[in-house]
Amino acid sequence: MTSLQRQKIAFALLFLANLLVIVPVGLIVFIIIQKGWPAMTWQFITDIPRQGMRAGGIFPAIVGTIYLVSGAIVFALPVGLLAAIYLSEYAKDNLLTRIIKLAIVNLAGVPSVVYGLFGLVLFVSFCKFGASILSGSLTLGIMILPIIITASREALESVPHVFREVSLSLGASKWQTIRHIVLPNAIPGIITGTILGIGRAAGETAPILFTVAAFYLPRLPSSVFDQVMALPYHLYVISTQVPNVDPKITYGTALVLLILVLFVNLIAIIIRARFRKKKKW
Amino acid sequence: MVKIDIQRLNIWFGAAQALKNITMQVKKNEILCAIGPSNSGKTSFLRMLNRLNDLTLSFRMSGSVLLDGRDITKIDIELIRKKIGMVFAMPSPLPLSVFDNVAYGVRMSGVRNKHSLEEAVETALKQAYLWQEMKDRLHESAFKLSGGQQQRLCIARTLAVQPEVILFDEPCSGLDPISTAKVEEAMLKLKKDYTIILVTNNVKQAARVGDRTAFFLTGELIELDQTEKIFTAPSDRRTDDYIRGRFG
Amino acid sequence: MRKIKEFIIEKLIFFCGLASIFFVILIFLFLLKEGLSLLTIVGPFEFLAGKSWYPISEPPQLGILPLILGSLFVTIGAAIISVPIGIACAVYIAEIAPAKIKEVLKAGIELLAAIPSVVLGFIGMMTLVPWVKNLFDIPTGLTAFSGSIMLAFMAMPTIVSIAEDALYSVPKSYKEGALALGATHWQTIYRVILPAASSGIVAAVMLGIGRVIGETMAVMMITGNAAAIPKSILQPVRTLTATIAAEMGETVVGSEHYFALFAIGIVLFVISFAINVTSDFFLHKDQRV
Repeated sequence: MTSLQRQKIAFALLFLANLLVIVPVGLIVFIIIQKGWPAMTWQFITDIPRQGMRAGGIFPAIVGTIYLVSGAIVFALPVGLLAAIYLSEYAKDNLLTRIIKLAIVNLAGVPSVVYGLFGLVLFVSFCKFGASILSGSLTLGIMILPIIITASREALESVPHVFREVSLSLGASKWQTIRHIVLPNAIPGIITGTILGIGRAAGETAPILFTVAAFYLPRLPSSVFDQVMALPYHLYVISTQVPNVDPKITYGTALVLLILVLFVNLIAIIIRARFRKKKKW
Repeated sequence: MVKIDIQRLNIWFGAAQALKNITMQVKKNEILCAIGPSNSGKTSFLRMLNRLNDLTLSFRMSGSVLLDGRDITKIDIELIRKKIGMVFAMPSPLPLSVFDNVAYGVRMSGVRNKHSLEEAVETALKQAYLWQEMKDRLHESAFKLSGGQQQRLCIARTLAVQPEVILFDEPCSGLDPISTAKVEEAMLKLKKDYTIILVTNNVKQAARVGDRTAFFLTGELIELDQTEKIFTAPSDRRTDDYIRGRFG
Repeated sequence: MRKIKEFIIEKLIFFCGLASIFFVILIFLFLLKEGLSLLTIVGPFEFLAGKSWYPISEPPQLGILPLILGSLFVTIGAAIISVPIGIACAVYIAEIAPAKIKEVLKAGIELLAAIPSVVLGFIGMMTLVPWVKNLFDIPTGLTAFSGSIMLAFMAMPTIVSIAEDALYSVPKSYKEGALALGATHWQTIYRVILPAASSGIVAAVMLGIGRVIGETMAVMMITGNAAAIPKSILQPVRTLTATIAAEMGETVVGSEHYFALFAIGIVLFVISFAINVTSDFFLHKDQRV
């Protein structure tokens, strides 16, 4: 066999490996859309679950997920952004900085169910927030912190260094330089990172299992100390814990969750692409 | 009259010494040119004066630099940068409109009043001979200007904060001959109100605009004298070699 | 006035900069606080190597060996499937694919990364599990094998994207040098580019495995959750993560069972910490030289 023939075979196998990944992804999305679409009625989206979650809609779960994600962002965005500013603008090349970077990597790697345990002891028990939107949001917020820090830091560091020098040379202070020159030019990247964090938070189940999620709660929460239903947990519940649920409803729930997460990711991709075209330097 | 007095200045970046034992004075209202091959330390010298070297983490110095008799490392860093302005090598407008570029430094020093800002911008643009071209384009992005216009905009931006000394770091390195001539013309007119230090790779430019010229080589100040003397009868042979293009 | 404001802001920035360290330590401390109480009931050896997990019997038997083996079976299975395929994908995307196909493949893998694990678990239950049951003609398709396939799939985005970055960071001159010497593109890839990117690829594999060990929902939904020592990969198993997720809701706060679940949390935290620190070392190895 010549080396060119060998190359042909090797490349064909490598291509095949990609098909092994891509085809199932396509199939999964296709199956969910095909089987979930018939459930997608206005009533399904806006009604409460009925008959022990075997009929009706998923409105409380959608609302719950939106609350949880908003809460997570309210906490994680300011902390994450300031942490990113520290790393990109203030941190020196020393041991502390290395430890911070390692901590971020580790925070990103902690299993999601361990976040759940942590949220349970710290927020639910120790801070006495109970199983509540507040506990769940804070837990999710800490979980998406590394995503926001990493994306924002990249965005900040991509602002050309000369802009900072120019601003400082005109007598602006360091903070003025960050506030008026660095931040405005990093905003698209920061938004993209935040949206990716939203997508992640919306789809996670394990961190909210013990901190907020309600098995069945067919009304909307009235304060941050209330429990809520959440889409991913609801999907878990009706597909494993409740017998004899019409597959149309489970697939429909999966489809709503999938659309929500993919829509959020799509927005991030569009912002990123638009910004690349418009980039001024 | 001495504007800047530099005594036994040494600069290091990590282990590498960028400037070695420099002692010199800059006089008020002169154009002092610094020439020398790359890595001769002339840019580190310039960035020392408005303390931009402080941004580099490995930077260390010894000796003293006095502005009007006061040690620049003991004056508030933002004040020193207002008093000693800088024009960078490549035209480097901020990603803002023409107006906002010129108004930037003024705004940062706390001026909010719209009328004062407009006045400051107009004055600065006039001083940089850019007002006629810019008065109808004030709200366009600065990136839409030509290279020469951008560089004069950067000069206007520096003038707007009313500095006493202006540092030019190879300001014409990216420009065509006509734009270069305009920038040089601006510099010559500015010297009656400002003290100017010009770092340039272009020896002829030093000959055209410099009152005095300093020659740097590998971190040392080889010679500082009247420009005419440097170019006709330098006292050090290395200066002569450099000017005649034998190295660098 | 402005100076004071800026001083406060800069202090705030510094404290937020430290937030990640703070949270990592906080997570560890709170896990220890609850989990270490277990040591007063069972010794560490008894806990890690005990063969039975019957947390609600009287007295409870709290040995997590079956759970460790469950995680191990699923993880090894997933690694065997995902490592070769993942690296192959990365090589194809980074080195061979024409621009258009590359865009499609990358978008597909990003799409996979975005799908929530509970959705993948659900789809696995509906499609993969019956398929495995019929294929091997076994009583249930909820097995370690199903879990391995699903997790291999879920580790793919991590492995592919990090390995791809490692391949891109190989200097162009290496490749051009090899091609100039008359090597074919494929010879260049496996003799020059793959070895040069090896430490990044090791990191990619480790982080992929980290993802697999930490994965909770999908694995809980399709591995059958039997807390017994598995003898074959075609049996139901229960992983460390699934145990916490499935049982925490039913424990009494302060009970032995509750402490034991936190102790499992410590084990998971330590594993993920070790994996991340080591892979970080591999990722930055070349930069330090």
